[in-house]
Amino acid sequence: MKILNIIKTLTLIDLLKGLKVTLKNFFKPKITVQYPEVKTPISNRFRGKLALMKYENGEERCIACKLCSAVCPANAISIDSEESEDGTRRTTRFDIDAFKCVYCGFCEEACPVDAIVETDIFEYHMTENHQRLQTKEMLLQLGDDYREKIVRKKEKDHHYK
Amino acid sequence: MADSDNLTLNFGPQHPAAHGVLRLIMEMDGEVVHRIDPHVGLLHRGTEKLAETKPYNHSIGYMDRLDYISMMCCEHAYVLAIEKLLDVQPPIRAQYIRVMFDEITRILNHLLWLGCHGLDIGAMALFLYCFREREDLMDCYEAVSGSRMHATYYRPGGVYRDLPEEMPKYKANRFISKSKVKKLNYNREGTLLDFIADFTERFPSKVDEYEALLTDNRIWKQRTVNIGVVEPERAIELGFTGPMLRGSGVEWDLRRKEPYEVYDLLDFKIPIGLNGDCYDRYLVRVEEMRQSNLIIQQCVAWLNKNPGPVIIEDNKLTPPKRALMKHDMESLIYHFKLFSEGYSVPEGEIYCPVESPKGEFGVYIVSDGANKPYRLKVRAPSFAHLAAINEMVKGHMLADVVSVLGTLDLVFGELDR
Ligand code: SF4
Ligand code: SF4
Repeated sequence: MKILNIIKTLTLIDLLKGLKVTLKNFFKPKITVQYPEVKTPISNRFRGKLALMKYENGEERCIACKLCSAVCPANAISIDSEESEDGTRRTTRFDIDAFKCVYCGFCEEACPVDAIVETDIFEYHMTENHQRLQTKEMLLQLGDDYREKIVRKKEKDHHYK
Repeated sequence: MADSDNLTLNFGPQHPAAHGVLRLIMEMDGEVVHRIDPHVGLLHRGTEKLAETKPYNHSIGYMDRLDYISMMCCEHAYVLAIEKLLDVQPPIRAQYIRVMFDEITRILNHLLWLGCHGLDIGAMALFLYCFREREDLMDCYEAVSGSRMHATYYRPGGVYRDLPEEMPKYKANRFISKSKVKKLNYNREGTLLDFIADFTERFPSKVDEYEALLTDNRIWKQRTVNIGVVEPERAIELGFTGPMLRGSGVEWDLRRKEPYEVYDLLDFKIPIGLNGDCYDRYLVRVEEMRQSNLIIQQCVAWLNKNPGPVIIEDNKLTPPKRALMKHDMESLIYHFKLFSEGYSVPEGEIYCPVESPKGEFGVYIVSDGANKPYRLKVRAPSFAHLAAINEMVKGHMLADVVSVLGTLDLVFGELDR
């Protein structure tokens, strides 16, 4: 037993075993993904930047029910509402504070008319503090810009909800 | 010889080996540590107090952020506590899903621990290998909940949504060829369960790789064997749980001793150590990864065969199906009531522990019958572990402080709450 241990110590067998692993991995194809040229897959359920959606005819979906702001654990959504000219209830202010939002997805879950949605956009930045407030216009614009993609993703996941 | 005073040394709070914001005041006599005084609280966010001001469901997401390495396990304790107060039982499929994700979380946690512990002690390559496997598990998290870390997936009464039928795939573009994408997508063709099954097949050989790098390695052994020894009796006295306790040779695992969910139907072993040093705790955690892998395999097999509901259909507690809510007045009312006011939990108090990867993570709720907890208390395993650091390090060298800190597997989100 003792001799065996001495042989083991002298031949550096334990270290060589480890080096074998590293050497094997040295020649294996790398798993690194060359971001941003190549992107890792993003799930249909991904919870990224929030957006507001419209109906096909361009009418806003949001009815200012304020469920989303009630359910938001971070109090990130502030809403003011008023009756609009056509007699429907509409928001006059719809701000999401991107610094407060924890991307939990509760607002999307709560919205009865699928107005507020989580997109799969996670690459964005801001340079000034005040830009953290995403106003209604910005949210609607985002919903317009990525409409097709959002609708496709949400449809795929719809039957689970 | 001239008398030399002890030197007081500050370790952290911005030290890379401090694993977060830990500040240690060390009294050193040369290289030898005489006394260590951990200062905690730098990451205190008042989660417990915050939870008292919100309806029950709102805090699920905050539980993820306690132990941000084992997210779903923390949710699990919270959700279980509410379920026990309400006296509801989630559907069996939901229980299997929860157990499966708890074990995925355990592997996630241990992989990060192994990588960082290795890195602290000087095993650089291991870190990269561990994160390679973590990536796949993170993808499982994302596929099921939409978030790679803070899942907010468990709900009182089950889980939010069923497992997805398809996995997201890599897409070819001019920087990556079709054939290469096909290779990358080989395990993403089927369902999420197929993806996980494929992972569990590959994983044991990866653990062998980690072990080849470390288990016999003389440097690793020199840094861990006989460092931070805790006797079994002392470990119990100190309130150790999880791998810290099992490393000292006490066979205590809540999954076996007080089985929750479906753990009593599953087949797995509890590894224990002999000497209670850093090396044994390393062995215990590595073996736990293998056991978790077996549990996941059993869950995948069961889930593949048994479709069914994943959340109870009690509209006082869980929202009605979306399709129903759009057409049915009553469902809509439930929907509004649930998302604006939440649900009320009967008066009473409950302590509900789960075996999180770090030890016993428990949630204690006192309810006064309202829709918010009257008081919420979180029992964090790391807290008891850190409290023992003085005892574990005394008489060791400065470099061993890092070994012991690593072996404690601290996460400050949970420790400071
Ligand atoms: S995702 Fe969560 S935190 Fe963010 S706005 Fe919606 S409810 Fe609030
Ligand atoms: S986004 Fe949805 S939940 Fe929020 S106020 Fe508008 S309609 Fe209501």
